[in-house]
Amino acid sequence: MLILGILIPVSLGLGALGLVAFLWTVRSDQYDDPEGDAARILRTDYDDAPAPDRPKTHAKGH
Amino acid sequence: MSAVEHPGAAACPACLASPLAGQVAERQRSAEGEEVQLSLPTIHCAACISTIEQGLLGLPDVSDVRVNLTRKRASVRVRNGMDAEALVAAVSRLGYEAQPLDAATLSAGASDRAARDLTMRLGVAGFAMMNVMLLSVAVWAGAANATRDMFHWISAAIALPTIAFAAQPFFVSAWRQLRVARLNMDVPISLAILLASAMSVWETAHHGQHAYFDAALSLTFFLLAGRVLDQRMRTVARSAATELAALEAPTALKIGPDGPLTVRLEQVGAGDLLLVQPGARIPVDGVVAEGESEIDRAFLTGETDPVAVAPGLQVRAGEVNLTGALRITAQAVGADTLLHRLADLVSVAEEAKSRYNSLADRAARIYAPAVHLLALAAFIAWFWLTGGDLRVALNVAVAVLIITCPCALGLAVPAVSTVASGRLFKRGLLVKHATALERLAEVDAVVLDKTGTLTRGTPLLQDADALPPEALAVGAALAQASNHPRSRAVAAAAQGRTLPAVNVSDIREVPGHGVQGNWNGQLVRLGRADWAGAEGSATVLRLGDGAALPLQFTDALRPGAAALIAGLKARGLPVTLLSGDTPEAVGQLAGQLGLDDWRAGVHPDDKVAAIAAMKAAGRRVLMVGDGLNDTAAMALAHVAIAPASALEATRVAADLVLVAPQIDRIDDALRIAGAARRRILENFALAAIYNAIAVPIALMGLATPLGAAIAMSSSSIMVSLNALRTR
Repeated sequence: MLILGILIPVSLGLGALGLVAFLWTVRSDQYDDPEGDAARILRTDYDDAPAPDRPKTHAKGH
Repeated sequence: MSAVEHPGAAACPACLASPLAGQVAERQRSAEGEEVQLSLPTIHCAACISTIEQGLLGLPDVSDVRVNLTRKRASVRVRNGMDAEALVAAVSRLGYEAQPLDAATLSAGASDRAARDLTMRLGVAGFAMMNVMLLSVAVWAGAANATRDMFHWISAAIALPTIAFAAQPFFVSAWRQLRVARLNMDVPISLAILLASAMSVWETAHHGQHAYFDAALSLTFFLLAGRVLDQRMRTVARSAATELAALEAPTALKIGPDGPLTVRLEQVGAGDLLLVQPGARIPVDGVVAEGESEIDRAFLTGETDPVAVAPGLQVRAGEVNLTGALRITAQAVGADTLLHRLADLVSVAEEAKSRYNSLADRAARIYAPAVHLLALAAFIAWFWLTGGDLRVALNVAVAVLIITCPCALGLAVPAVSTVASGRLFKRGLLVKHATALERLAEVDAVVLDKTGTLTRGTPLLQDADALPPEALAVGAALAQASNHPRSRAVAAAAQGRTLPAVNVSDIREVPGHGVQGNWNGQLVRLGRADWAGAEGSATVLRLGDGAALPLQFTDALRPGAAALIAGLKARGLPVTLLSGDTPEAVGQLAGQLGLDDWRAGVHPDDKVAAIAAMKAAGRRVLMVGDGLNDTAAMALAHVAIAPASALEATRVAADLVLVAPQIDRIDDALRIAGAARRRILENFALAAIYNAIAVPIALMGLATPLGAAIAMSSSSIMVSLNALRTR
């Protein structure tokens, strides 16, 4: 029965990890433009060098 | 939004000119620059995003660009007061269409927050449900005694806080209904969730065998999923509708001491002098102080012929100035304009529509009392049968509540509406009102407006081949100089024909009259007959001293108009055409489309009376119109559709907005609405069958948490799959 004492917290912890990740995606507006995100990954613009940092201006509101 | 309609040029100069100015007036300045929103109706791919983002970032005053492909929008951060006009020009150089959006109209904050809030609750409920379900599997597999108790306690520790947080929307809504002594679907839902949790805790504390934590959580999860779908669908429709509004910000050119200045409409007072450019919409009711021009009243009256105006004559908000610049003295502004009074009328009608009993409401009205009575009966019966065993009686009553709880019912309507709205959206129709689809499915009569609805509202030159080619060439040369819709029609007729080359010099537009020029030493004029030296008010072309050539115009049909009429007839719906235009114009169009039931010269009040009469006769009328003269009638109709080219006030009155240019999409809308109604009824039937099987089992006291979990999930999945068949 000792194994339960380890496995239950582990499974709950993994679940909580998923929940935290989900909450983060909601808060950082990742469901705002699903079509755009699907298309963006196919661009070749930043294949050679990473995109320069964006000013964090569009995060909220729209 | 793959098919945003671009209203014909007649409607557009105004919407191109004014929002730009509105942005200048409305800009919020800040250290890091300001944000400009652009609508990009033609973008569709990864390359489009790259081209626009890279292209605009290359401009010196642009600090950041973010393209949103889902909303077909870009937000651009600019420095040094760069205006939207320059951005639009830059985007069009890149090969895409762009229109500036009014930032003030767009800020939609509240509904976005509500959507995010619901998504968050759904996520939490989903997490909790999965974990408790895993623990429950162990119990169902045969965990006993201390192990079972421990698993139940862990489940309780996860379930109780989750329910307190995630099921709040149901509790709040149920409490609101109970306070006014009414029952809605949320009352049995809340009761089931709360009772199931309470009983499970009590059972756990008494080392009981059955705990319903997983059932309470999956109930919350499935019902929240329905809510999220519902909310998402409405947000999409609303954001598309606000975008249409943001394309035409209400601004006016006020003449101050330093010349004309763009101000927002709220800042215009009675007595102010305003400048109205050719092509612009008249912003307020007023009197012409200076200038001569022709105005297009089609939106107000349905007339296609332009009306001449001169100082002293009355003009109304919503009319379009065609040829010359006008200075008008504002008389009525804001709440006093005809336009605004119409908006009030619309809000009264909105209220009437919100009282419409949707299928879900009707189902809830039968369902909620039935469930409560059933659970109560089960409780009393078992209490009596077991000789006063409270625990068993309560167990059965809670099981009945959980089993009958409207998981499938809660999903039945939102799932179908989401699928149907999505399909309509792809066909260029926005569903604005929650019950619009259901009302559309009930329609048994159709009333159509002519100008701007069945027709484009832009004239087409008739019998161009009957004119001498030389005359048409001269006419076209003159017409190039003017933005008058009829001039454009003449120019368009000349395009694509081989005409002799002519040399017309000294071309000059005379506001309110026409265009004149010099051809081979003769004076040539294209314009009103009385000005060009002929009788009447028709449009003529006159070459030198020759006889005036009368030009006939018809209103170009909207694409799909004939198909729409044919489709409606095939459905057996009676179609009536009500127009404010002249009998000749309406009769000709009706003949062309094969419509027998038409009336011309109809005033806005007559339209209202006509709809009211049909309503009194028990008809459920679909009204399709675009003008202010239709607005009151549309508000009264059972359901109303407006094309995107309509005025904002009219679009507000409409339940659906047709964004695609093809008007026969309305036929698709009727078909999809009918299919959606059938699916909803089928879903109700599925839920009823499931209850018919499960309720007797629960009443006999044979229901287990495992059985409840299986039944609940399978019925929800079945209902969702059935919804996907809507097409």
